[in-house]
Amino acid sequence: MAAIKVHGNPLSTASMRVLATVYEKEIDHEFVFVDMRAGEHKKEHFLSFNPFGQVPALEDGDLKLFESRAINKYIACEYAVKGTQLIYQDSKKMAITSVWMEVEAQQYDPAASKLGWELAIKPLLGMSTDTAVVEENEAKLAKVLDVYESRLAQSKYLGGDCFTLADLHHLPTLHYLFGTQVKKHFDSRPHVSAWVADITARPAWLKVLALLSQQ
Amino acid sequence: MATPVKVYGPPMSTAVSRVLACLYEKNVEFELISINMSKGEHKKPEFLKLQPFGQVPAFEDEGISIFESRAICRYVCDKYADKGNKGLYGTNPLAKASIDQWIEAEGQSFNPPSSTLVFQLAFAPRMNIKQDKVVIRQNEEKLSKVLDIYEKRLGEARFLAGDEFSLADLSHLPNTQYLVSGTDKGNLFTSRENVGRWWDEISSQDSWKKVVDLQKGT
Repeated sequence: MAAIKVHGNPLSTASMRVLATVYEKEIDHEFVFVDMRAGEHKKEHFLSFNPFGQVPALEDGDLKLFESRAINKYIACEYAVKGTQLIYQDSKKMAITSVWMEVEAQQYDPAASKLGWELAIKPLLGMSTDTAVVEENEAKLAKVLDVYESRLAQSKYLGGDCFTLADLHHLPTLHYLFGTQVKKHFDSRPHVSAWVADITARPAWLKVLALLSQQ
Repeated sequence: MATPVKVYGPPMSTAVSRVLACLYEKNVEFELISINMSKGEHKKPEFLKLQPFGQVPAFEDEGISIFESRAICRYVCDKYADKGNKGLYGTNPLAKASIDQWIEAEGQSFNPPSSTLVFQLAFAPRMNIKQDKVVIRQNEEKLSKVLDIYEKRLGEARFLAGDEFSLADLSHLPNTQYLVSGTDKGNLFTSRENVGRWWDEISSQDSWKKVVDLQKGT
């Protein structure tokens, strides 16, 4: 059986999001490195995988997919019997998980990625941080985390009793944010803090970090 | 007969209208419960129980209460798979994956610049909020780049995810409706041949016409 191929770059949060899923599901895969410094993601060959010129992209047989969250849902469904269950089969439980997957994508990620870019990535590239953007997005993130604190007081994981994609999707940006001043917003909320400690300790996530540290 | 599902929020809200379009497309009966946002009803404790971020829509069906318009649409399509447009969310896993891919593209690439333009150009004037010309220009540029990619894609396929109208196309209806009918930025869509053709086709769906009527009625 042909292995699935993940085209991406370990430094990219979206690529890490897919790698985390592939490791959780224990799927044989090939990681095809896309050299973003050389602009490979904007060239014709890669654009045939993702017309938006962004990593990652997935190949599974004849299927090509882009958008990390869509890729992860596909993997979670297609390989449901392998590794960790990352979605619920029960439709009501899946509906709740689906809500929190959208919350991550629409409420959490916009603020979290902007903060990660300003505070973690820009300094590495020798670019200066925009403090106005940081202030605005820290305030937004704090409000989102207040909602998370209430939710996680009632539920061990965002979707329910079990770890699912709704939790996993947060891991890559969490990784970058925890190296910055933003960490305090997570530490100061006890249920959020416990949830972060739990999900970042997962063996599959540690494998993603090991790959990253080789770069 | 089943109890109608409940949708909370005004039909003029883009996210509410996304859910209404899906319910019409799937022939699922609904009760629309008004939320007076100018009076801050969406920030009150009773509403926050349904939607903890204080945003519309919220949704209830037998024993379930959910929010986030795209999650609501997916739930409706899965629960009522045999009703109305059966192919709206695909009838096999590969079709569903392709539709999810373009729903994500809508949510991550199309929605940010288009919703900012909708707010600046259609809502801000009504709310006596000053428009920000720099923000408008930046987001028009971003949206143009996204629509260039859509132009190419819609030259390869009739709809975003393939040959059939899907939830992916539907997700784009609310913001585009405002931009084409309520602002001077409609040419972003109509000046691109394939995007223009696609917009004509998806906005002619009976389900969308019903939503537009509902919006005009309020």
